[in-house]
Amino acid sequence: MSPLGWLVALLQVVLLVALAPLFGGWIKWLKCRLQNRQPPPLHQPYRDLRRLFSKKVLWAENASVLFRITPYLVLGAIILAGAVTPFISVELPTAAVTDAIALTGFFAFARVFLALAGMDIGTAFGGMGSSREMTISAFAEPAMLMMVFTISMVASSTNLVTVISTIEAQQVLTRPSLWFAALGFLMVIVAECGRIPVDNPATHLELTMIHEAMVLEYSGRYLAMLELAAQLKLLIYAVLAINIFNPWGIAHSIAPLALLQGLGWVGIKLALFGLLLALMETSLAKMRLFKVPVFLMLAFTLALGGMLSFVILEAS
Amino acid sequence: MTLLYLTLTLPLVAILLLGLVGHRREGATLNLLFAAAGLLSSLAMALQVLREGPLSSADGQFYVDAFNVYLLVLTCFVGFTTALFSRPYMAHELEIGRLTPPRLRLYHASYQGFLFTMLLALSTNNLGILWVAMEGATLSSVLLVSLYRTPESIEAAWKYFILCGVGIAQALFGTVLLYFAASSIDLPAGDALLWNRLVAHADALEPVAMSIAFIFLLVGYGTKVGLVPLHNWLPDAHSEGPTPMSAVLSGLLLNVALYALVRLKMLTDGALAGGEQAALAGHLMMGFGLVSFLTAGLFLHRQKDIKRLFSYSSIEHMGLITFAFGLGVPLATFGALLHMMVHSLTKSAIFVTVGHASQIAGTQRLEQIRGLIHTQPAVGWGLLIGTAAIAGFPPFGVFSSEFLLLSATMQHWPWLTPLLLVGLVIAFAGLFRAIQPVAFGTPPEGQVAIPVTLWPVAIHLALVLWLGLAIPDFLAAWFDQATRLITGSGLL
Amino acid sequence: MLFAQLPLHEQVILAFSALTLLLSLFMLAHPKLTMVIRLFALQGLFLAATTALVAYDMNEPHLYISAALTLLLKVLFVPYLLMRMVRHFKLEFELDAVAQPARLLLLAGALIVFCYHVTLPIAELSLRITHNVLGISMAIVLMGMLILVTRRKAISQVVGFMSMENGLFFAAIAITQGMPMVVELGVAFDVLVAAIVFGVFFLHLKESIDSLDIGDLSHLSERE
Repeated sequence: MSPLGWLVALLQVVLLVALAPLFGGWIKWLKCRLQNRQPPPLHQPYRDLRRLFSKKVLWAENASVLFRITPYLVLGAIILAGAVTPFISVELPTAAVTDAIALTGFFAFARVFLALAGMDIGTAFGGMGSSREMTISAFAEPAMLMMVFTISMVASSTNLVTVISTIEAQQVLTRPSLWFAALGFLMVIVAECGRIPVDNPATHLELTMIHEAMVLEYSGRYLAMLELAAQLKLLIYAVLAINIFNPWGIAHSIAPLALLQGLGWVGIKLALFGLLLALMETSLAKMRLFKVPVFLMLAFTLALGGMLSFVILEAS
Repeated sequence: MTLLYLTLTLPLVAILLLGLVGHRREGATLNLLFAAAGLLSSLAMALQVLREGPLSSADGQFYVDAFNVYLLVLTCFVGFTTALFSRPYMAHELEIGRLTPPRLRLYHASYQGFLFTMLLALSTNNLGILWVAMEGATLSSVLLVSLYRTPESIEAAWKYFILCGVGIAQALFGTVLLYFAASSIDLPAGDALLWNRLVAHADALEPVAMSIAFIFLLVGYGTKVGLVPLHNWLPDAHSEGPTPMSAVLSGLLLNVALYALVRLKMLTDGALAGGEQAALAGHLMMGFGLVSFLTAGLFLHRQKDIKRLFSYSSIEHMGLITFAFGLGVPLATFGALLHMMVHSLTKSAIFVTVGHASQIAGTQRLEQIRGLIHTQPAVGWGLLIGTAAIAGFPPFGVFSSEFLLLSATMQHWPWLTPLLLVGLVIAFAGLFRAIQPVAFGTPPEGQVAIPVTLWPVAIHLALVLWLGLAIPDFLAAWFDQATRLITGSGLL
Repeated sequence: MLFAQLPLHEQVILAFSALTLLLSLFMLAHPKLTMVIRLFALQGLFLAATTALVAYDMNEPHLYISAALTLLLKVLFVPYLLMRMVRHFKLEFELDAVAQPARLLLLAGALIVFCYHVTLPIAELSLRITHNVLGISMAIVLMGMLILVTRRKAISQVVGFMSMENGLFFAAIAITQGMPMVVELGVAFDVLVAAIVFGVFFLHLKESIDSLDIGDLSHLSERE
C-alpha cells in the first residue's frame, strides 16, 4: 500500500485517540442538560487527563510488576483495536486484518489484564470489581459473538471491511436480522463499556462499582492511561455500531475530500449515538447486579433471533 | 335438508328462550320439549338418509351420511333423556340451595348451546366449521363445569378451558396444514375444506403436509377425546360439574371428537395410500388408544371420588374405541361403531344413577357412600347393573363390541390381544372393587330414599341389553353402511 | 443477495414477521402485567399490518377483511377487556415474574430452531413469499404455550392463549391465502366468546379464592 495510505491510517488512529475524551465529554454534557444541571465544558475530560498526567504516581507496597505494566498493555491493546477499526474510510492498509473476531480478542486481552491488576493489590473492592467484570463479560461475549456471526452471515465474511461494504451496497434498511443484531449489540455496548443500566460510570459508592473498582488503586499517569483506554473503548464500540449498521457516508478512498466527507458523516452519527446513550442513561435506572445476566441473555437471544431471522427469512 | 336445518335451529331457538325464562319451573319443561322435538326431527332425518342415501346441502356446507346420522340421532336421544333426568334433579339442586335462578338460566341456555355445537360438528361438511363447533362446545360447557362456584369446580373449569383450548389450537394448526395440503387439488378456494370433496380426491392430497397435519389434528382433537397424556382435564371436568353435564360430556362430546378424528383419518389414509407410511394414521390411533386404555385402567384403582372413577372408565373406553378405529379392518370398525353407541347409553345411565347416589349420601366420596341397595334398591341396582354393563359383562352390548374388537385384534395383531385382555380385567377389578361396597355395604345412619327419576336409566340399559342380545336388522345394516364408508368394505 | 432484490413491501412483510416473533420473546420474559398486555396488542398490530401487506402483495382482497378483523379483535377488543379487568381488580402494579428468565429465553431460542426444522419440509412446498414464515408462526404458537405454562397469574395465561391464536392466524396467512371467509368469521367469533368467558371467569375466580393467582388452585390432584 502506498505510504500515503499508511499515513492516513496513522492519522485515523491519532484522531480516534484524540476524539475519545471529547466523545465522553459530549455524553456527559448531554446527560447534564437532560437532568437540568449545569454541565462542565466539553473539553473537561482533556483537562482531567492533563491534570492526571502531571501528578505523581503512587502505588501500594505489595504491587507487582503486573500492576505497573497493565495500564500500558490495556491502552496499547485498545489503541491496536482502534487501528483496525474502519473509522473514516474503508480503504485502509490494515483492511486485511480488520477481523471482527480479532477485534473481540483485543478487547478480551485488555479486559483480562485489567481484571488481574484489580486483584493484584489484594483489596476487597478490587477483587469484587474484577469478579463482577468477568461475570458480565462471560455473558456479554456470547452475545457479541452471536452478533458477529449474524453480520458475517449477511456478508459471508468476518472481515469488517467486507461486511461494511456489503451492507452499504445493498441499500436495504429493512433486514430484520440486522435490526435484531443492532439491538443486541447496543445492549452489549452498554454492558462492556460500563454504562447505565449495567454500571454507573459516575458513581463514587464502592459497592456499586464495577469498572471503577478495578482502577481504584491507580493514580497519576497510570490512571490517566486507564481512563483514556475506557473512553477509547466506548468510542471504538460506537464507531463499530455506526459503521456496521449504518455505513452510508463512509469514504471509499483516501482522497482528502472523501476523507473530510467521511469524517463529517461519522461525526454527525457519533453525536447522535451519544444522544441515544445519554437518553438511555437518563431514563433508565441501574439494574441490580443479579439481573445483569438476564439483560445479557436477552441480548444473546436477540442476536440469536437475528441469526435465525437471517436463516429462516432472508436466505431462501 | 330441511330436517337437518330444523334439527339445528331448534337448539338455537331454545338458547334464546331459555336464556330468558330458564329459571322458572317451565324452563326445564321447555328444555325437555325442545330436546324431544330435536329427537323426532333427527329420527325423521335418519329415515330419510336410510332411504335416499347421503344428503348434502346445496352449497355443500352440510353433509349427512350413514356415519354421522346415527351419531346425530344418538346425540339427540341422550340429550332428550338427560333433559328428562335434569328436570327434577336441577329443581332439587335449586331447593337445597346449590344453585341460584340466574345460574339455572345459564345452565339451561348452555345445555341447548352445547347440544347445538355438537350437532353442528356432526353435520358440517366444512372442516373449518368443524373446528369452530368443537371450540364452541368447549366454550358452552366451561361455565357449566364451574356452575357450583366452589374452588374445586372453578379449578376444574379453568383446567378444562386452558387444556382443551391449547389442544384445540393444535387442531387449528392441523386444519391450516390440511388446507395447504388440499391446495394441490384443483378445487375452488371455498371448497378446499369440504370433506366430501376432499375424500373423493384424497389420493391427490400432498402426503408430507397431510401426515404432519394429521399429527397435529390427532393431538388437538385427541385432547377432547381424552387420550392419554392429554386427558388431565377430563376427570376434573366430569366430576365437578352438575350430573346432567357429566352425563352429556361423557356420553356425547367424546364421541363427537372421535368422529372428527375418524373423518380425518379417512382423508389421511387416502392421501398416504401407497406410500411408505400408508398406515401412519392407523398406527398412531392404535398407539394412543392402547396407552389410554391401559393407563386409565390402572388409574381407576386410585380413585376416591365416584364421578372421577367413572370418568376414568370413559377415558378407558374411548381409548379402546380409538384403538379399534386405528385397526381399520371392517370387523374392528363395526365393533367400534357399536361400542360408541352402547358406551354413550351406558355411561350416561351410570352418571344418572351416580348423581342420585351422591344426592342420597350427600357426598361424592366413595368411602362415604354405602349400602345403596338397602336404602333405595332402584338406585343401588341401577348402579350395579350399569357398572356390570360398562365393565363388559355379557349379555350387555359392551360385551359384544369388545368381543368383536378382540376377534379383530387376534386376526391382525395377535400379540396385542393379551394386553387388551389384561386391561379389561384390570378395569373390571377396579370398578367392582369400588362399587361393591357402595351398593352392598352397611348404610350409614339417617340415609333415606329420595325422589328419583330412573326412567332414563331403565331405557338406556334396556337398549344396551337389546343391542347385546340381538342387534336389530336396520341397525346392523346402518352400522354396515358406515363401516363400508370408513374402511371401504362391509362386514355383512 | 436475494433479500435485497425483493420489492420493498415484501421486505417489510418479512421484517414485520420477525418483529412479531420478537414481541413474543419480550412477552415471555417481561414481569410487568400491564406491559405484557400492551406487547400483545402491539403484536396484533404488526400481525394486522403484515396481513394487509400480504393482501396487497398477493392481490387477495379478502385478506384486508382478515386484517381488519385481527385489528378489531386482537388489538382493540381483547386488550381493552384485559386492561378493564386489570383496573377492576387493581392489578396495575402487579408483577408476574418468571423464576429463571435466562433459562426461559434460551429455551425459547431452542424452540424457534425446532419449529423451523419441523416445518421445513412443508415450507419448501409452498411458493409464496411468506413460506418461511410458517416456522415463525409455529414458534409464536409454541411461545404462547410457554407463556401459558410459566405464568402464575390468570391474566398472563390468557395473553399466552390469545398469542397462540395470533400464531395460528399467522400460519394460515403464511402458507395458504388465508382460510375461507366463513371459517375466519367462525374463528373470530370463537375468540370473542372465549375472551368474554375468560372475563366472566376472572370474576368467579376472584369471588371464590380472592386472588387471580392460578398457583393457588391446586385442590384437585391425583394425590389425595
